[in-house]
Amino acid sequence: MLHLIIFLVFGAICVAGAVNLLVQRHPINSALSLIAVMVSLAVEYLLLGAEFVAAVQVIIYAGAIMVLFVFVIMLLNAGEEERTRGSKVAIVIGIPGMLVGSSLVAWVLLARSGASSVEAGALWGDPKSISRLLFHDFLLPFEVTSVLVLIAIMGAVVLAAKPEQGQQTREEA
Amino acid sequence: MVPLSYYLVLGGILFACGITGFLIKRNLITIFMSIELMLNGVNLSFVAFAAQWRALSGQVFVFFVMVVAAAEAAVGLAIIIAVYRNRETLNVDRVNLLKL
Repeated sequence: MLHLIIFLVFGAICVAGAVNLLVQRHPINSALSLIAVMVSLAVEYLLLGAEFVAAVQVIIYAGAIMVLFVFVIMLLNAGEEERTRGSKVAIVIGIPGMLVGSSLVAWVLLARSGASSVEAGALWGDPKSISRLLFHDFLLPFEVTSVLVLIAIMGAVVLAAKPEQGQQTREEA
Repeated sequence: MVPLSYYLVLGGILFACGITGFLIKRNLITIFMSIELMLNGVNLSFVAFAAQWRALSGQVFVFFVMVVAAAEAAVGLAIIIAVYRNRETLNVDRVNLLKL
């Protein structure tokens, strides 16, 4: 019962943050509500027994990635978003279509898989077993991912470099 | 005890909010945050299925998704900085030409 209450409270925070991200017009407000979504998702992961994933969610997502976002928002001095009028067809067809589709998905999920329940606080996703899996069975994907991160670092440095320097090197070459 | 379907519905709601933000938002950075929201919704269903079937590989998959999301955020925000430098705007309606 307590499990269900915690799930509902943090799920409500999640959904409220996600809706707030859509409603807010200033990007810094959207970023802060996204941080709230990510932290409450970490609580949901803890409920599911995934303690390693919950810690990584807070450290990487709510920490590193969102700091990067907030940093770029402040760097570019992003102001209020300008509203543009969408097409009428999108509103007329899109909103009923979204309602029908989402209620269909929710009905299928609730009616067809409602019998099984997820146990509370089993806490079997500990770092020890995760790392055993990560460094034995998934060693090759792990190493490939490290190469990916290295390429991403180089790409970010090249893309964000000042264009004047790029022109100079082109002239020199 | 929370049914598995509740977690899946929550993940679906987050994913739908991400899609909606991707479509209706006009700020480049907010569109990028909507993509992160979609990834979070998918991650939640991954962890829920992993807990359901006692398969830890689902959580390892979430780890890989996070790493790819971090790499994507670094490169994407660098692209946003480059776009802003050329266009002086973050509005996607004004970023409608490949050539300056």
